[in-house]
Amino acid sequence: MPPSFTVDLEAGFRGLIEAAGLSPAASRLIWLPLPMLLVLVAAVVGVLVTVWLERKISAAAQQRIGPEYAGALGILQPMADGLKLLVKEDVIPARADGLLFTLGPVLVVVPVILSWLIVPFGQHLLISNVGIGIFLWIALSSVQPIGLLMSGYASNNKYSLLGGLRAAAQSISYEIPLALAVLAVVMMSNSLSTVDIVDQQSGAGILSWNIWRQPVGFLVFWICALAECERLPFDLPEAEEELVAGYQTEYAGMKFALFYLGSYINLVLSALLVTVLYLGGWGFPLPVEWLASLLGQNIDAPLVQVVSATLGIVMTVLKAYLLVFTAILLRWTVPRVRIDQLLDFGWKFLLPIALVNLLATAALKLAFPAVFGG
Amino acid sequence: MFVLPGYDAFLGFLLIAAAVPVLALVTNALLAPRSRRGERRLTYESGMEPVGGAWIQFNIRYYMFALVFVIFDVETVFLYPWAVAFHRLGLLAFIEALVFIAILVVALAYAWRKGALEWS
Repeated sequence: MPPSFTVDLEAGFRGLIEAAGLSPAASRLIWLPLPMLLVLVAAVVGVLVTVWLERKISAAAQQRIGPEYAGALGILQPMADGLKLLVKEDVIPARADGLLFTLGPVLVVVPVILSWLIVPFGQHLLISNVGIGIFLWIALSSVQPIGLLMSGYASNNKYSLLGGLRAAAQSISYEIPLALAVLAVVMMSNSLSTVDIVDQQSGAGILSWNIWRQPVGFLVFWICALAECERLPFDLPEAEEELVAGYQTEYAGMKFALFYLGSYINLVLSALLVTVLYLGGWGFPLPVEWLASLLGQNIDAPLVQVVSATLGIVMTVLKAYLLVFTAILLRWTVPRVRIDQLLDFGWKFLLPIALVNLLATAALKLAFPAVFGG
Repeated sequence: MFVLPGYDAFLGFLLIAAAVPVLALVTNALLAPRSRRGERRLTYESGMEPVGGAWIQFNIRYYMFALVFVIFDVETVFLYPWAVAFHRLGLLAFIEALVFIAILVVALAYAWRKGALEWS
């Protein structure tokens, strides 16, 4: 049973404006950009924190100190790096294709930002609950390789070209197992909407999360997401020992910063989507109704709803950063794979496993409809 | 105005997302120094004079992967509506999807045997 009072900022805000005498269309127009700008700021702050974490944890893994002078514990270091890149000269090689060279990083970063449209932090705390939800992310993530290929080709540099080709081959190889893993989750929630996917995992706290019903799907998805983000051990497109910096070789200043921003936004986004798909999204490890009754509070009370919505955002971010932490640790634990091993792993291992996982989910859903979402 | 609910937000967010790189590049162009002297614009090739360009014909080993990818990508797109509506379709839909996937697994096995999935 849904509570009679839920935290819905849009309804509240628009009600307030409409009370001042504006039409519903005007109030929607005023409301629309607010969550977008908020999410954009959140994404950028998320990236700054992730870059700092990466540098600090990498340093700890190598018994160094890491950044320490810019701000307390070097927390301002990523911001200093960004500002430095902002005033760096933009160099376009004389033999490069100037237009494609500029368009490449733009095409990489725009779809990644746009994917944040569907990331939910609460029942109504997302930009837009579009019907195709998670499928929109899959569609947007296929735009990125075009940008990588474009910048690799436009640089007219052999390292860049090879890096761009590797990036394209890698991301198309890991996109299919990824989409199939998502498909199994979609089948359990009977919906593509990210909000419905999280709702389907609520009820019994940690026990109702998808990770218990989709352990194979979870592993396939996380491995593929790391490969799509070009994180070690899958960072072949920019393997510095082989290709200098891959498709980024010729880039300097802000265009390089866009690639950097894109890859880190993508990492945080992937961690958030794993949270949404497999770790119960904004859900608590303990059922919130049970907690409320334990504390003698009515779940419908506005104060309880506000507290639980706030804690929901904290839970989402905590779970996502736990995954970011594992991604950073993996970077210093696992050696880089070779390109043929990478493609073999994608096509000959992950793809069959993801297909079997999908069919197994379908069969189990037929056999035990109550457990697998009706 | 919009037939599908929620997609006006998509359009708005597309504009905001596109403004990010545009703003970043314009700010960079306004703030950054500019010098066109020397070897700065030479293509990087580990400190050597570049030998030829990169825009040449060579054997792309990945094109077979691209072909297999198209097959499986389309397959996945076909399976999405099936998965969403599966709770209403029941056993028959399961068997139909099984046949559909079996045909594609045969294709995958064929590509595998033919060596299309080999990199070398």
